Amino acid sequence: MHAIIVAALSVAGLLVVAGCQTTPEEQKAAGVEDRSKPGATGKPGADVRSVDRPKIAAVDVTAGRKDAASALKDPASILSKRSIYYDLDKFDVRDEYRGLVEAHAKYLRENPAARILIQGNTDERGSREYNVGLGQRRSDNVKRMLVLLGAREDQIESVSLGEEKPQADGQSEDAWSKNRRSDILYSGEY
Amino acid sequence: MRFLLGLIFLITAPHAAAQLQIEITGPGVQRTPIAIVPFTGEVNVGSSLTAIVRADLERSGLFRGLEVPPLAPHPNENSPINFGEWRSRLADALVVGSVAANADGRYEVRFRVYDIVKQAPLGAIAYLFTKDNARAAAHRIADFVYEKLTGEKGVFSTQIAYIVKRATTYELQIADADGERAQYLLRSNEPIISPVWSPEGRRIAYVSFESKKPIVYVHHLSENKRQVVASFKGSNSAPAWSPDGKTIAVVLSVEGGSQIYLLNSDGSGPRRRISNSSSIDTEPRYSTDGKWLYFTSDRGGSPQIYRMASTGGEPQRVTFKGSYNVSPRPSPDGRVLAYVTRDAGKFQVALLDLSNQQVQVITDSDRDESPSFAPNGRMILLATVRGGRGVLSAVSSDGRIRQHLPYAGGDVREPSWGPFIE
Repeated sequence: MHAIIVAALSVAGLLVVAGCQTTPEEQKAAGVEDRSKPGATGKPGADVRSVDRPKIAAVDVTAGRKDAASALKDPASILSKRSIYYDLDKFDVRDEYRGLVEAHAKYLRENPAARILIQGNTDERGSREYNVGLGQRRSDNVKRMLVLLGAREDQIESVSLGEEKPQADGQSEDAWSKNRRSDILYSGEY
Repeated sequence: MRFLLGLIFLITAPHAAAQLQIEITGPGVQRTPIAIVPFTGEVNVGSSLTAIVRADLERSGLFRGLEVPPLAPHPNENSPINFGEWRSRLADALVVGSVAANADGRYEVRFRVYDIVKQAPLGAIAYLFTKDNARAAAHRIADFVYEKLTGEKGVFSTQIAYIVKRATTYELQIADADGERAQYLLRSNEPIISPVWSPEGRRIAYVSFESKKPIVYVHHLSENKRQVVASFKGSNSAPAWSPDGKTIAVVLSVEGGSQIYLLNSDGSGPRRRISNSSSIDTEPRYSTDGKWLYFTSDRGGSPQIYRMASTGGEPQRVTFKGSYNVSPRPSPDGRVLAYVTRDAGKFQVALLDLSNQQVQVITDSDRDESPSFAPNGRMILLATVRGGRGVLSAVSSDGRIRQHLPYAGGDVREPSWGPFIE
């Protein structure tokens, strides 16, 4: 009995609130911007523009993301480039990789739901745990650059694989230079 | 859960056993000649206890086993000893004993140790064991003999842990100190590094990359289960146990960089950050008394070893010689620090005497890493590369005795020597 009364009062309350927010006329015009009111330009053709649906958001969130997602794998797109290589004992992103980092920053800006993992790597020389630290310094630097370029901090996790996941085997500078790198992985890829 | 697919926890049959090669280098190594008479009745337990005891003692680099001719009557622990005869056979020490089947199906070994030079009995003891633990019994015998003759505890009954990489498979294995009876605790398709034994020997902490990033786990050996202890955003690595086993120091990047934090080893409670730098601070290790944390840091421009109070505080630099000093490992008695130093492109194990700052490089290979002290401090186990393959090597803390443990069909690395077993 009490429950029914409470429910009824709640419904009444909602109606009152709704009544306060909008007039019946405004409700009828929902989705249509009325530019025929006094003060509007009144030019012919203004009414046509006024029925625009919020399609901009629809383009950004669905169509736009779909295109970009395939670009992540498209060899013709810079977004398919995921590795940044380093000189010996260097941790900053070389100029030749700036475009790559900028492209991923733009993608993260335009796709707020996107998440990435940056894995820093080193060559095999030296202590395995110290190399985990050095790889972290590489991935942290890429992350910092992406955030400065407008990506959100919570979109990015920077980690280190140290010397454990070499791209090339062998004890040559050629192999080592392939192993000093940061790799970018998008969610679903790790 | 999907990451668990690549992993198998169960302990199964051992792989090809490691084979030891002993190298004794350097002049003036005096090895005590010891006669270990085959125990009467030992053929019934399947493996020759006395052969294992002899191999253990020789591996220490302190003893040389003598060939014992056939004797009639065959002496055992109850026989009278003719010291003059044993002296003529050039023995300084003698072990005699017997093995008998017990009513409950177990075996009992009884043996006696003699000092031939002083013509004195040093001690006797009996052990009970099942047939499939004959090797363990032999290691206990070797520990007893070693302690009677050197005055130090033996480490033949201890275990070691290490990582084996075969093609794209990684295994965390444990084995007896002689490399035998190997079994795996964890098998993964992604790297595993930095295994460390807990002080009581029932748990091993390690870093696994099975989730595409480093995460710290603690594996409970007898329950064959494991738990995540550090899985924060970013990297989680370099675990180290406090001497009471209650705390694990780890390196986290959760606040950026690589910094040292303390965690309760059971995974409870919050993380406590104890290093505060913009540099890499890693590879923490507690001193045996628990007062200090040694660690590697590049705060001075190159990686060097520092120490701070284990509750946190201002770090002091410990290593000064050379431009690359990493992987600090305090000795069990706290007097010496083992670490890896780079000199002219070679990575070698060095010992720093903490009382007088003397440094001694004790290895002569060029890719040594991950030193680990035996619990009695006499030997250091390390990883090195021989013939293009990763192998384990053990070197005496004076650098004169070196042994290699080649392993069939894989790269072996990241050794950790377990504690004394009570």
